[in-house]
Amino acid sequence: MSMKDFRVTPIRNGTVIDHIECGMALKVLRIIGVDGEKIHSTVSVLMHVPSKKAGWKDVVKVEDRELDPSEVDKIALISPRATINIIRDFNVAEKYKVRLPDVVRGIVRCGNPNCITNLSEPVEPEFVVECKDPPILRCIYCDRILENISEHII
Amino acid sequence: MSVFRNSDIVSIRDLSKESIEQIMDLAERMIPYAKGEKKTKVLEGRILANLFFEPSTRTRLSFESAMVRLGGEVLDVSYPLMTSVAKGETLADTIRMVESYADVIVLRHPHEGAARLAAHFSSKPVINGGDGAGQHPTQTILDLFTIRREKGKIEGMNVVLVGDLKYGRTAHSLAEALALFGAHLWLVAPQNLQMPKETIKEVERLGQKPKLASKLEEVIAEADVLYVTRIQRERFPDPSEYLKVAGSYRIDKSILREAKKDLIIMHPLPRVDEIAPEVDNTPHARYFQQAFNGVPVRMAILLLLLGVDVDEGF
Ligand SMILES: [Zn+2]
Repeated sequence: MSMKDFRVTPIRNGTVIDHIECGMALKVLRIIGVDGEKIHSTVSVLMHVPSKKAGWKDVVKVEDRELDPSEVDKIALISPRATINIIRDFNVAEKYKVRLPDVVRGIVRCGNPNCITNLSEPVEPEFVVECKDPPILRCIYCDRILENISEHII
Repeated sequence: MSVFRNSDIVSIRDLSKESIEQIMDLAERMIPYAKGEKKTKVLEGRILANLFFEPSTRTRLSFESAMVRLGGEVLDVSYPLMTSVAKGETLADTIRMVESYADVIVLRHPHEGAARLAAHFSSKPVINGGDGAGQHPTQTILDLFTIRREKGKIEGMNVVLVGDLKYGRTAHSLAEALALFGAHLWLVAPQNLQMPKETIKEVERLGQKPKLASKLEEVIAEADVLYVTRIQRERFPDPSEYLKVAGSYRIDKSILREAKKDLIIMHPLPRVDEIAPEVDNTPHARYFQQAFNGVPVRMAILLLLLGVDVDEGF
């Protein structure tokens, strides 16, 4: 096996998350639940690989797993230019860019400790997306801009 | 009227310039009623719930006065009663209970975003009476109303905001609203209490270029309106730093020597020692007038939210 083969082993079925912002791969793993014992498939992580578009990027490959929409939205929050490739039988069956919706609900917590959504009220935190790249979120309850988005992902 | 009927007033940003003008125009017509010179029973049979999770006598009383002047009734669901009644109960549940007793709810709450949450759960109109360090939209409207009434217009006025501009969200809302109405802004604060960049950006987006200063002396001669807010001692780790700063923004007769004859001084009250008592008797003082203006402004808001046909009977 050459070094090149080793680095980019193709997968039969699963998801390749490409063009992750350099340094964000571990956060992506957490979002898709690979930091616990839940995962039963092979996960490959490439960090700091050259990218034609952005200089450097990270890549995450997960076998036998497709992402649900809330996971994709979370990835968009920390890596707005990421692309999702769904692999079926060694072929790219679907390929799309992550895209934040205009409103995000229930995927990030408000960073304002005094915000009513951080109490035990029966509401999901909700944010207006004021800018998609870089993501700027404003809490619809307390009006604050969310800082350090990646630390507040639920 | 349709834009207001059954809607909520949570943040000043929810209101267009036109709706704010509509509120102010109606408030103007409410002044003789607010003073008790004219009488009306137009809200007879309507109930306002004053739901206060923290004390704010001024806001509570002015809403109560506004409702009673219009012939309506007020349920006082206030602190400290509220804290014992609602122990462990969510705000969402309290709101769903209170809305069945009243036609309109005024909410004061220590947590930011509480009014938005209340509006979410209430089918009756909710008015934000201040949430934490968050919004207090009726205060902003009465501030604008005071300037318009005292100066004849807001556009083109040189308004100096002085004090703690960093933490007071009401100062942020006011700055944005003033920019929306075309006032020129001077922001005077100690460097560590200056207006947040985010608010300045919003002011700029609205077409104004605010000027920053740290000394009141630099700008006092140009001012048409001097809006004073309190600097809180607890913002300063070092008490001697506080004393230095607080003293330099104290408004007294000597600093007013340089001011325009028709400068007006405003303050949301209560004041501690930002404005010397000797200023009260000068032609500049408007803060008690400003406090009174809370009543006609809140009367106008109640009428609009409760869908009263304001073209008739006043
Ligand atoms: Zn919030």
